[in-house]
Amino acid sequence: MLSRTDMSFGAPLARGRAALATLTAVSALALSSAAAMAQDYDPQAVVNIGSLYEPQNLDNTQGAGQGINEAFNGNVYEGLFVLTDDGDVEPKLVDSYEISDDGLTYTFTLKDGVTFHSGEKMTSADVKSSIERVTAENSASSRKKTLTVIDSIETPDDKTVVVTLSAPSISLPYNLSYVWIVNDDAGDISASEDGTGPYTLQEWRRGSALAMVPFEDYWGEEPTNGGVMFQYFTDATAQNNALLTGAVDIITSVQSPDALSMFTDNPDFTVSEGASTTKELMAYNDRVAPFDNAQVRAALSRAVDKEKLLQAIWGDYGTLIGSFVPPTDPWYVDLNDVNAYDPESTKEMLAEAGYPDGFSFTLDTPDYDPHPVVAQFLQNELAKVDVDVKINIITANEWYTKIYKAHDFDATLQEHVNHRDIVFYGNPDFYWGYDNPEVTRLISESESAHSMEEQTEMLTEANKIIAEDAASMWLYLYPQIVVSTSNVSGYPLNGLNSQFFAYDIQKAD
Amino acid sequence: MLRYILRRLVILLLSLFIAAVVLFVLLRLLPGDPANALVGVGATPEQIAAAQAQLGSDQPLGVQFLSYLGDLARFDLGNSFVSRSSVLDEISRRLSVTLPLTLAAFVLALVIAIPLGILAAVKADRWYGLLLSVVSQVGIAVPVFWLGILLVYEFSLNLRLLPSGGFPLRGYADPGRAIESMVLPVLTIAIVMSASLMRYVRAATLEVLGSDFLRTARALGESHTGALMRHGLRNAAVPVVSVLGIELSTTFLGAVVVEQVFSLPGMGSMLLLGIQQRDYPNIQGVLIVSTLLVLLTGFLADILQRVLDPRLRKEAR
Repeated sequence: MLSRTDMSFGAPLARGRAALATLTAVSALALSSAAAMAQDYDPQAVVNIGSLYEPQNLDNTQGAGQGINEAFNGNVYEGLFVLTDDGDVEPKLVDSYEISDDGLTYTFTLKDGVTFHSGEKMTSADVKSSIERVTAENSASSRKKTLTVIDSIETPDDKTVVVTLSAPSISLPYNLSYVWIVNDDAGDISASEDGTGPYTLQEWRRGSALAMVPFEDYWGEEPTNGGVMFQYFTDATAQNNALLTGAVDIITSVQSPDALSMFTDNPDFTVSEGASTTKELMAYNDRVAPFDNAQVRAALSRAVDKEKLLQAIWGDYGTLIGSFVPPTDPWYVDLNDVNAYDPESTKEMLAEAGYPDGFSFTLDTPDYDPHPVVAQFLQNELAKVDVDVKINIITANEWYTKIYKAHDFDATLQEHVNHRDIVFYGNPDFYWGYDNPEVTRLISESESAHSMEEQTEMLTEANKIIAEDAASMWLYLYPQIVVSTSNVSGYPLNGLNSQFFAYDIQKAD
Repeated sequence: MLRYILRRLVILLLSLFIAAVVLFVLLRLLPGDPANALVGVGATPEQIAAAQAQLGSDQPLGVQFLSYLGDLARFDLGNSFVSRSSVLDEISRRLSVTLPLTLAAFVLALVIAIPLGILAAVKADRWYGLLLSVVSQVGIAVPVFWLGILLVYEFSLNLRLLPSGGFPLRGYADPGRAIESMVLPVLTIAIVMSASLMRYVRAATLEVLGSDFLRTARALGESHTGALMRHGLRNAAVPVVSVLGIELSTTFLGAVVVEQVFSLPGMGSMLLLGIQQRDYPNIQGVLIVSTLLVLLTGFLADILQRVLDPRLRKEAR
């Protein structure tokens, strides 16, 4: 089981630990017993988690929404691999695996002694059917596309799974970390479950809560709490109130900084900031003038003070990354210095590119937060370099048809939520139309890399080129803010693709 | 009376049919295909086509309409696009929150509004009669959600007496917590509702107070209070009952806001979620059932009025 103490974003956790230590000291004094010092949390305590993302059903291949991953990934279901909170891929239900020299055959040996919640033993047949659930015709899984590279799955014996690919895919273990291993006899799992995880589903009441209790025959370490209850809210204020009144112990993500003032500087609560994978960006349509000119894009990048923007929207939270790659991706490098804020140089560059008097463009802006505010900020900043921004507010649905489908736009604002999504820049047909053959080559060949190191090297290179090209204007990385009462610790912080491992959470009395 | 009820019932069914048609048309007029919402932004055209086939949204509108009417006639509201579960089951689960919420608030509002409304009318010339009128006037102006937030602030955040929202996992199997979680929402609705009811009760009572029959009763030797109790209440009740029907319907629909403020798993939150997800069967189901409830309330109010007022029964013949 992964340890939560060596997290890269550990500072806020350390603060939580300090508070816990104080609490322990007090109770130890009161009881003056060695037992109380040994155990600084209650292993029977149920942890109440407040969330805004209620799953629509319990099957992640049937359009259940991100809420099901938050509740079930790693808690109720496990994959062959796990994506840790640091962004590393580690074996979970796989004991060992081998890749053939041509990179086309993966042979997985499964862990011994893993049983499903129904009591059945996990075998290779379960793994095969689980992968096929995701790639099936009627599957609505967002991971379906990444697994189309799988040609066939064979199960020579109960413990061995052989996956043959049509092309090498170094990301297969990563992609498999999103494939739940489900008992092949489970049938319809849209309202029930049969996984191998440390918790079993106790009860789910649509519209209000979902409760899980520890699974007695779990193959790994047992959870450090007596169960978890996700309580769902439709309204962020109601969720915050529940935390304030002690109805919940943790809220998984804070959507606006306004609410934080209630919790910061309050010793009863711990506010922790992790890294999200959600990037706010202004995507140019790189196919149309003037944005087909990299110099123009670079010039605009220099005209916008992103630090000021982030401060205006998130206060002291959030990160500037200078590219599309969040710090939890292995190919992250700090690229803030590329085309850094330097409005003086913008005018020169624009003149060189043939726009001495600036130009005007329409910015299609989704109508929900934070885009309209961001648009206004950009309008102000770019006006200073004689670039006139016309803000056109559109709905999410219009965005989908006008921009994503029809590519009919000058520039737009969007938030991109996924982990490892730099690959979009390797697809010239993607909505923003960035087309650099070198980047396309690096990204497509990185998938056939022979080692993770090689893949990382190639994608880091691609990342740098994309930044030099100013393919889009990357504004900031959203913060991932988790707030808890101060007697709760051990929860994940980075919220990668909204998974929320609950088994290490400890709750003191 | 029986003939009236039958005729009224036919009107009810006809209204329901018209509402169903309007609903169908309105929902199809909305931009956006539910299939898009279902498969998400990254979907390929093939995935969208498959989703459309699965949802039936690729069929001609006429075909969709006929199958929709057929299902309605069998009271089959279909399955949700998103959760795949039966819409009717979901609605009945949600109604188990919304109906008690609305009815409890309604009864409480009556308990507050009737005595205070009468008092405000009878003592209209005293300072407290005037004060009651002013308070009710102010009460009408208060937005429901604002009052809800105010109550949460005081009773949950400050005094820590009641939960700020949510509904227990086991629902009514956990009666203490279920009732606790209903107290603030019920209060919120009841306070706002009683404010407007009070005004109607006051107006109706004032009218009765100035009526000839009350003066005659007094002339025949009855006391003021006695006359008011025996003849006044029933007469004042007639206009109030017709208003009650409308009030109850509005409350039921207004529960959408209150459920949102208190995170209650009722019909309102189901409707809001359905709209966000373009879950047509859920939206349609909630709206049809809400329409039915509103029509039923009106129906019952009309009948109650005739029970109270024999003059109306004569006209009906």
